[in-house]
Amino acid sequence: MERNREPGRSVAAALVAARASQTHAPRQPLASTRDHNARTPNNPTQQPTANSRHMTSAIELRHISHAFGGGAVSVLEDVTVTAEPGQFVSLVGPSGCGKSTLLRVLAGLLVPSAGDALVDGQDVRGRPGAVAYMPQKDLLFPWRRALANATVGAEIAGQSKHDARERARALFPRFGLAGFERAWPVQLSGGMRQRLALLRTFLVPRDVLLLDEPFGALDAINRREMHRWLQEVWAADQRTVLFVTHDVEEALVLSDAVYVMTARPGRIQARVDVPFPRPRVPSLVTDPAFVALKAQLLTELDRGMPPA
Amino acid sequence: MTPAPGARARPSPLARAGHYAAEYLPPAALLVALVAGWELWVRAFDTKPYVLPAPSRVWDAFLETRGVLPGHIRTTMAESLLGLFFAALIGVGLAVVIALVPFVRRVLYPLLIVSQTIPMIVLAPLLIVWFGFGMTPKVIVVALVGFFPIVVSTVDGLTNADRELVGLVRSMGARRLAVLRYVMLPSALPGFFAGLKIAAAYAVLGAVIGEYMGGSSGLGLFITRAQTSFRVDRVFVAVVVVALASMALFAAVHIAARLATPWIYVSKSEEGTK
Ligand SMILES: Nc1ncnc2c1ncn2[C@@H]1O[C@H](COP(=O)(O)OP(=O)(O)OP(=O)(O)O)[C@@H](O)[C@H]1O
Ligand SMILES: [Mg+2]
Repeated sequence: MERNREPGRSVAAALVAARASQTHAPRQPLASTRDHNARTPNNPTQQPTANSRHMTSAIELRHISHAFGGGAVSVLEDVTVTAEPGQFVSLVGPSGCGKSTLLRVLAGLLVPSAGDALVDGQDVRGRPGAVAYMPQKDLLFPWRRALANATVGAEIAGQSKHDARERARALFPRFGLAGFERAWPVQLSGGMRQRLALLRTFLVPRDVLLLDEPFGALDAINRREMHRWLQEVWAADQRTVLFVTHDVEEALVLSDAVYVMTARPGRIQARVDVPFPRPRVPSLVTDPAFVALKAQLLTELDRGMPPA
Repeated sequence: MTPAPGARARPSPLARAGHYAAEYLPPAALLVALVAGWELWVRAFDTKPYVLPAPSRVWDAFLETRGVLPGHIRTTMAESLLGLFFAALIGVGLAVVIALVPFVRRVLYPLLIVSQTIPMIVLAPLLIVWFGFGMTPKVIVVALVGFFPIVVSTVDGLTNADRELVGLVRSMGARRLAVLRYVMLPSALPGFFAGLKIAAAYAVLGAVIGEYMGGSSGLGLFITRAQTSFRVDRVFVAVVVVALASMALFAAVHIAARLATPWIYVSKSEEGTK
């Protein structure tokens, strides 16, 4: 990673600027239903409006069940997950429990066998385009250079290609990609590919982010650096995040709430609120309260495993 | 700081010369041996020139016809290039429709295959009856021969586009045309060029067949004239010219493919140096 990085403020500011200039294409279903005041609870100067008391959740999965193979393989059973606007919510669960499947439902790419999926109060079942979605695989476009890969989402949303590229270029150093703007995806390491995919997701102009194990290919040092970065950016523009991970500690460091899922068929084993104040410092992980919460999450995970 | 890609040192000119020599020397040597054997054969058995002219005699015929050949070559190449252009245009158009509309695929695919079973020697004279002795019928022959491999390989590329990548751009709000633009067409580029290469290899031959059936200029006409005057040596000149022209066209498409799909050659060269 770059040692001599820009101060976090300016990076966060760049992303805020990126979002301010977003064009709300007519196909984006949420533009009209936004309650912007409700989305900035951390801003003390803003008066709550009457609306904010009845605000819709940013993400609402209600009693989702899904089976693949014409009902043969049940993957999700009665899963209910909610994230309020501006919240950072994590999903942890054993491999194969249906976390990625759940995100695909919210991304509009998979219609569940049963249940409702709402983003900002709008039904998104089979209706993609409401969220910024980062799949588990990095899925870079082989025919686009790194910089052009970062801006695909912005381009599809109808933003100016030139502006999008300039914003992406400014963020490359922070993602450890400085000097690789013109590289082809095949020339990047696994970790670099993943960071590029994350950057691309951030440049998709949507208020809800779905991140499927975005740090899976990163080493511990890189991970911590990305955690810090993610918190900073998230604090700056307060987008709602649904974050999938295997790593309980990662979930606790980043989240306002953590959902623990059982082994397949995935059900919600527990929902744990994470009360630690922000910004969270690295030493938090040794705090007794943190350790206790981590132990609680691990216990819930164990309870969700099938008997040996 | 990691060095950025592209800053890699290129191999020295000497090493590159050695690389080319290793690649091109064996086929060149084989060609020389074949021509020498042919020359020896003709001289040893005193074969009549109207049966099989010696390479030296073909060379003499080339020198004789040097003045008129460029005009014929220009005509044939113009027809080939125009035909290829239309083959690519029609081929890609059909491929997109076939890839996007399953009904069209079912209706059209059998018909396309039938179109390829019509012998050109039957069709070409008819085209001349319909379109006259100008360039049109020749361009049509080239396009008819060339569009089929382009359709087949482009459809393959379009339909084999990474489904997860399609899902990703759909999650970004892309509808059908945007999916085509952002994922399917770029995925199909390598296949399109594979088809275009095949089409290019046959294009000159297609134009020559068209000219053979009637025309006022071109290598096909040159061949007809040589045949009616039993100048087999001149026929051989034309054969060599057609072969060289086909190779040139093929090489041009290859270079175009390299320029249009650079990412494919990046991955190949990286593997090659490991
Ligand atoms: N398209 C599909 N067709 C059939 N089965 C599928 C399909 N996609 C996923 N599955 C099955 O659904 C189950 C859940 O898959 P999913 O990818 O959601 O798990 P996950 O929780 O994300 O796992 P991991 O942590 O390993 O990524 C798995 O058993 C998988 O085999
Ligand atoms: Mg997964």
